[in-house]
Amino acid sequence: MNKAARTPWYFLTPNLVIFGVFTFLPIVINFYYAFTGGVQLYPQDRPYVGWDNMATLLDCKNYWDVSTCRKDLFWRAVWNTAYFSVLQVVLMILFSLITALVLNRKIIGRGFWRGVFFYPVLLSPVVVSLIWKWILQRDGLLNAIVVAIGGEPVLWLGEPEWAFFWVTFVSIWSQMGFYTLILLSGLQAIPADLYEAAQMDRASPWRTLWRITLPLLMPNMIVVGVLGAIRAVQTFDNVFVLTGGGPGSATMFVVQYIYQTAFQEQIRLYGIAAAGSLLLALALIVLTLLQLRVTKAESAGERAK
Amino acid sequence: MKLQRNRIIVAMSVGVLLGIGSQAVAQELRVQCYSDGNECEVTGDIAKRFEAANPGIKVVIDKVPYKAVVEQLPVQLAAGEGPDIGRVTDLGGLNKYYLDLTPYLGAARVKYWQDNLASTLSWFRSPEEKAAGKGIYGLMSQLTVTGGFVNKTLFEQANIPLPPATATWDDWMAAAKKVADATKTPFAMAMDRSGHRFAPLAVAYGAKIFDDKGKPIMDEGYKTAAKKFIDWHKNGLMPKEVWGGVGGSQYRDAFDEFVNGRVVMYYSGSWQVRRMSSQASKAFDWAVIPAPCGPAACTAMPGGAAYVAFKRTKNPAAAAKFLDFLAGDAVYAELMAKTENIPAHLGVAKAGVNYDVSPAAKTALNTFVADVPKIAKANYELQGYGLNRAVFLPTAQRLGQAVAGELSADDAIARLAADMDEQVKGAAK
Amino acid sequence: MKLVSYLTATRGRSRLHWTDWLTYAYLCVGLFLMFGPVLWLVASSFKTEAALSEFPPTLLPYGQKSVMVPGEEKPKPVFRVKLPDGTMKELPEIRRIGLMATYVDPAKPEEPIRVNIKDRQPVREFRLATENYSDLMRKLDFGKYLWNSVFITIVATVITLLFNSMAAFALSKYQFRGRSGVFLFIIATLMVPPAIVLVPNFLVVTELGLLNSLWAVIWPAVATPTGVFMLRQYMLTIPDELLEAARMDHASEWQIYWRIMLPLSAPALAVLAIFSIMWRWNDFLWPLIVLSKAEKFTLQLALNAFQGDLITQWNYLLAMTVITLLPVTVVFAFLQKHITQGIASAGVK
Repeated sequence: MNKAARTPWYFLTPNLVIFGVFTFLPIVINFYYAFTGGVQLYPQDRPYVGWDNMATLLDCKNYWDVSTCRKDLFWRAVWNTAYFSVLQVVLMILFSLITALVLNRKIIGRGFWRGVFFYPVLLSPVVVSLIWKWILQRDGLLNAIVVAIGGEPVLWLGEPEWAFFWVTFVSIWSQMGFYTLILLSGLQAIPADLYEAAQMDRASPWRTLWRITLPLLMPNMIVVGVLGAIRAVQTFDNVFVLTGGGPGSATMFVVQYIYQTAFQEQIRLYGIAAAGSLLLALALIVLTLLQLRVTKAESAGERAK
Repeated sequence: MKLQRNRIIVAMSVGVLLGIGSQAVAQELRVQCYSDGNECEVTGDIAKRFEAANPGIKVVIDKVPYKAVVEQLPVQLAAGEGPDIGRVTDLGGLNKYYLDLTPYLGAARVKYWQDNLASTLSWFRSPEEKAAGKGIYGLMSQLTVTGGFVNKTLFEQANIPLPPATATWDDWMAAAKKVADATKTPFAMAMDRSGHRFAPLAVAYGAKIFDDKGKPIMDEGYKTAAKKFIDWHKNGLMPKEVWGGVGGSQYRDAFDEFVNGRVVMYYSGSWQVRRMSSQASKAFDWAVIPAPCGPAACTAMPGGAAYVAFKRTKNPAAAAKFLDFLAGDAVYAELMAKTENIPAHLGVAKAGVNYDVSPAAKTALNTFVADVPKIAKANYELQGYGLNRAVFLPTAQRLGQAVAGELSADDAIARLAADMDEQVKGAAK
Repeated sequence: MKLVSYLTATRGRSRLHWTDWLTYAYLCVGLFLMFGPVLWLVASSFKTEAALSEFPPTLLPYGQKSVMVPGEEKPKPVFRVKLPDGTMKELPEIRRIGLMATYVDPAKPEEPIRVNIKDRQPVREFRLATENYSDLMRKLDFGKYLWNSVFITIVATVITLLFNSMAAFALSKYQFRGRSGVFLFIIATLMVPPAIVLVPNFLVVTELGLLNSLWAVIWPAVATPTGVFMLRQYMLTIPDELLEAARMDHASEWQIYWRIMLPLSAPALAVLAIFSIMWRWNDFLWPLIVLSKAEKFTLQLALNAFQGDLITQWNYLLAMTVITLLPVTVVFAFLQKHITQGIASAGVK
């Protein structure tokens, strides 16, 4: 290799070394765990079991009925995660978009308002969950308000539907600011003359939104969608502190299942946990490729127009 | 070998960084401690005196969240790392990492430990060691006993007498229900969300917990208790939010429910006495009831935390010395008095601990102490069983799901049995 | 249709249209929703342990009033008592046994008054339970933990910025074989949530002998895929002509990186810095497993030590939560404009 060809590698090396040792190597070990059994920590002490762990996780008589699965909790977690991700991403895009459109108007103190919606992004997931747990618990602030206006206290985190709602709400609350800013930057990049032209054509505002704003905002929306979906599927610590996966297993997600298997049980089945994480990674890769596929198709469609 | 070498490299590089070279320092004991109250502070004070009496040994208390002890410590120990001494609750489960104190104590002290701490020493042992009665591993720094608290003021308002000492769980439930109805209290009873708290109910209704070979089983007794328990929730006698409110095998106590007068009776344990006297006493009168009965037994569940030394320590003699210091009559009595815990030490228990607490709290603690002899064999064995969390955790998980309405009682019991089985099999691999 | 014009308009009108009112209403609801919960947390952290488990909770922290009574060691709580003659009076309670409580009038200490507990109400006054905080400071080696946290946060952030920007520079400004491979390889790990590889990562750190060293928290955290991705995307927008011109002037590749690329990427670097600071400051699960000696604890670890097995000391837990979010809030308050503008301009291009 000549000198010029080596230069980029000099710049890459520090990052790649750290990356290799602390990110890639653990993933490889995790891979190995997935095909070994027992409770030993060191890979060399673990017996090879092949696809057993995968088979255990995938052992269902009927995939639509979790109670026929050997690992019913894993499957409950899978369905919860799927349901949550779709709901959370759709709602988050919706609210981020509304907020970005509002912030894009000529308002007094725009910088301040932008900051308001961004602040929760800076809080750690544990803190966010503690704050909301403190409000939503049986003896919390929300129930005090409900009682004060003459209602009956509600178990916000104790009824499956409510718990799911609040988990979704809190995760949108804590992340929305970031996505709002991404969309806002997209809105501000839309040339003003496009709007002026639309106004001259007497296009209705509704039409302007559909025909100018949203299409031009598409690239940012896709970024929000991809990032949001990856994070939603990986949801763990905030829900873990808020509901612990309950009530029952109504808000138990896949990463929590994996963590519980590897850290909270007395017998730590690292193999099962690792197999679960491989399945999760597989799902994420498929999801991302799918989204990129859709993106490509759409941008191709745009060009064709 | 590899680990050893790495450790030397680390030690050297750290030494170079700090500029102290490889000079020998005093023996250091790292004590990992989690606390429910003031346990770590009291231990720290005692450690100061120990250091004064033993120049050359330095004791450092590392106060950690409980999560670190139950989730992270086992991984660290498996990797050959961790503290010298730890305050642990998984007494039997960590057995293979324990340092046997016997060779360091000397014959006289071994006899002292055996005479005074015999009842809890077996909890730390492996099944073979249990049979042989060998091995001194740990000192119970917090012996707890589960038990029920009742809101006496509510009983008085309803003009219903407290059931007698022979009353069963059903009797207590019936009485509490009457009181709840009469006083418009929402629920009759609450129990902490924990398989450990559930165990006395199960044994009272005939659960043996173990089969002849010492393997945990789901027998009729356990099933009866589980069904009863789920029914109580279904019928609105117990608040759903405690067991059904959180997920997984998470612990959740029901203290707030009791203090705010939402339940008539609360099944928890001796560690709540301190909080009861500081918080509940302002609002109402409370009392501890004798261990509730069932067809099979009137029983409670022992538990608690213990100081143990780990094999990996480089200063085993110093570690043994420190634990022995803590076990001494006077020091142990002081530890109990200051942390308001029940002694596991026969001599100290006989002499009586001088708790500096309110009369109500003193009566309560004494009721707990009086429950200790009633504890059924199955409960004792479960506490000392190395895989006891393989029973506790699925119990919380599956009964919790049933209470939340996700599983039927039969399904929950079937899943519970399967979970237990899988964990025990996993351990055998 | 008015609603839509409100949503799409970018220009305000001369006087407030009703859509403007709607805008401000939306913003105010946002303000309330975003900050309200945090304020509630702060208010709660000044309540006593007993007040915290009360329902309904009081809006502001109240504590029971207490006074010193001659002849008693500790201050005694004050109650509003209905005396046998029917009058109400505020008196300190000496003791309570069963349903009867004993009070004493400081004016006439020799005449204790016995009253049924139904006939008394605690007297409360506004009081900040600052002991939640002062106890924390007293019980913890606060300076040490703060230093560890700050050290980890700053060092990790500096290294993150350096390494990530170098990698991003290589990936954006050079054509070489394996470029897209390396890029995809780095991005792909975005898919792996950290909680999943805790155990293997622990093994690696143990084998490297980093356990119980602050570097065990720093090294695994610095090669962030997010950072590489973000910086690369930003650097792609910097025109290649600038680099070519510098090469003409015989600048070395390192100088090009250091003198040209870094300054021009400042907005993106600022954003990454903020995120890195936030991530490292908030880290909990990973430090919990690799740091087990008290002198190496971070603030997050030390303060979480108030979560016991059977009892969580909520008053301390809330106070500690406030303490940990304080620095982030202060940094944000001062840099708010730069942060939000930086993300808006550099976040994603």
